[in-house]
Amino acid sequence: MSSVNPGALPQTESKAKPRNEWPLWEIFIRGQHGMSHRHVGSLHAPDAEMAIKNARDVYTRRNEGVSIWVVEARHIAATAPSQKGPIFEPSESKVYRHPTFFDIPDEVGHM
Amino acid sequence: MYAQMVKSTGQGVKTREEMSPEEAHFQDRVDADEKIEARDWMPEGYRKTLIRQIGQHAHSEIVGQLPEGNWITRAPTLDRKMILLAKVQDEAGHGLYLYCAAETLGVSRDDLTEQLLSGRMKYSSIFNYPTLTWADIGAVGWLVDGAAIMNQVPLQRTSYGPYSRAMIRICKEESFHQRQGYDIMMKMAQGTEAQKRMAQDALNRFWYPSLMMFGPSDAESVHSAQSMAWKIKIDTNDGLRQKFVDQTVPQAEYLGLTIPDETLKWNEDKGGYDFAEPDWTEFFDVLKGNGPCNHDRLKARQDAWTDGQWVRDGLLAHARKKAARKVAAE
Repeated sequence: MSSVNPGALPQTESKAKPRNEWPLWEIFIRGQHGMSHRHVGSLHAPDAEMAIKNARDVYTRRNEGVSIWVVEARHIAATAPSQKGPIFEPSESKVYRHPTFFDIPDEVGHM
Repeated sequence: MYAQMVKSTGQGVKTREEMSPEEAHFQDRVDADEKIEARDWMPEGYRKTLIRQIGQHAHSEIVGQLPEGNWITRAPTLDRKMILLAKVQDEAGHGLYLYCAAETLGVSRDDLTEQLLSGRMKYSSIFNYPTLTWADIGAVGWLVDGAAIMNQVPLQRTSYGPYSRAMIRICKEESFHQRQGYDIMMKMAQGTEAQKRMAQDALNRFWYPSLMMFGPSDAESVHSAQSMAWKIKIDTNDGLRQKFVDQTVPQAEYLGLTIPDETLKWNEDKGGYDFAEPDWTEFFDVLKGNGPCNHDRLKARQDAWTDGQWVRDGLLAHARKKAARKVAAE
């Protein structure tokens, strides 16, 4: 669903030999008034063309979108949960990156 | 509802002292209502339970298309036919969302499908009952989807992120289904004598199977206790069943139809209805494969899979040929 899952995890319930399966595609849709494409889910399809057709049928049934991107899941790299700290924490101590950090006197007017 | 044959650990819920450091950390995150994501560490029992439950939930959406699909060509008006088609399409989509959620746990969709076709995985018992009249399509939407929604709304808060997000998406679309069913029931219950008889008959046949959808009382089950400790399951089976009855009885009264339960009675003390339990022998019998339609349902899925093999292979071969041509041209 709405969690990109690149890189197959180890098979758990079966030790079956790899089968001729359709690859997994991640689907991104830009909504009617959306500024950017958002990840909405995934699906299996033999190729990009079919992935787009199926994404249209599954993810835009109720006027959800005006543009579809499909990306084969194996092309996506993601951050690891264990790296959450080192990757994202540094920005927490940098309040000066926000425009609201500076106090401009009222008499200066709108800035 | 979809947790038949879940064997999370086989033991009771571990105490803090019995947990490994990873397990304790995991339990802390669950207790703090943090969502667990695909690449986070999780107990093997948690992963297995979710694969089974989400997989069986997905199978139920897919097999659930069959009893309703049975009436697409015979829907009484063009309007009803279009609506039913849209509903069955939605269900295919819901199956897809759920398979995707299950796949984040490291199992493939084809894998899950094969387990369904070989009988190693289950689907909801309700879909082993036949749809004999058009009114059944109303009863299925009203009662069966009503019971499913009752189960799915709390699951929006389930601890596994991908499952919870699939549920949020499904619940948004699902209310359409229940209304569609109730609308058919209203039309028939307020129609001719014959239509009203059909509506009552459909209610008579689907009432107890709908109550069974919530599963047997889970006070006894160690697996339920574990699922609840991990917040995979939010409510008890009995709790949800009670809520369903309390919601549905007034809806039946509005239709002027009778719930087929002579013991049904409002209980002031508990603020809910007392009602008769379904026949659990029948339930387990249906799960074992001996319900009225088990054989037909599975055969329909198996045939679709087997007969469609050459189409799947053909599309894949075509995709590979196209990709190779593209590489050659570069």
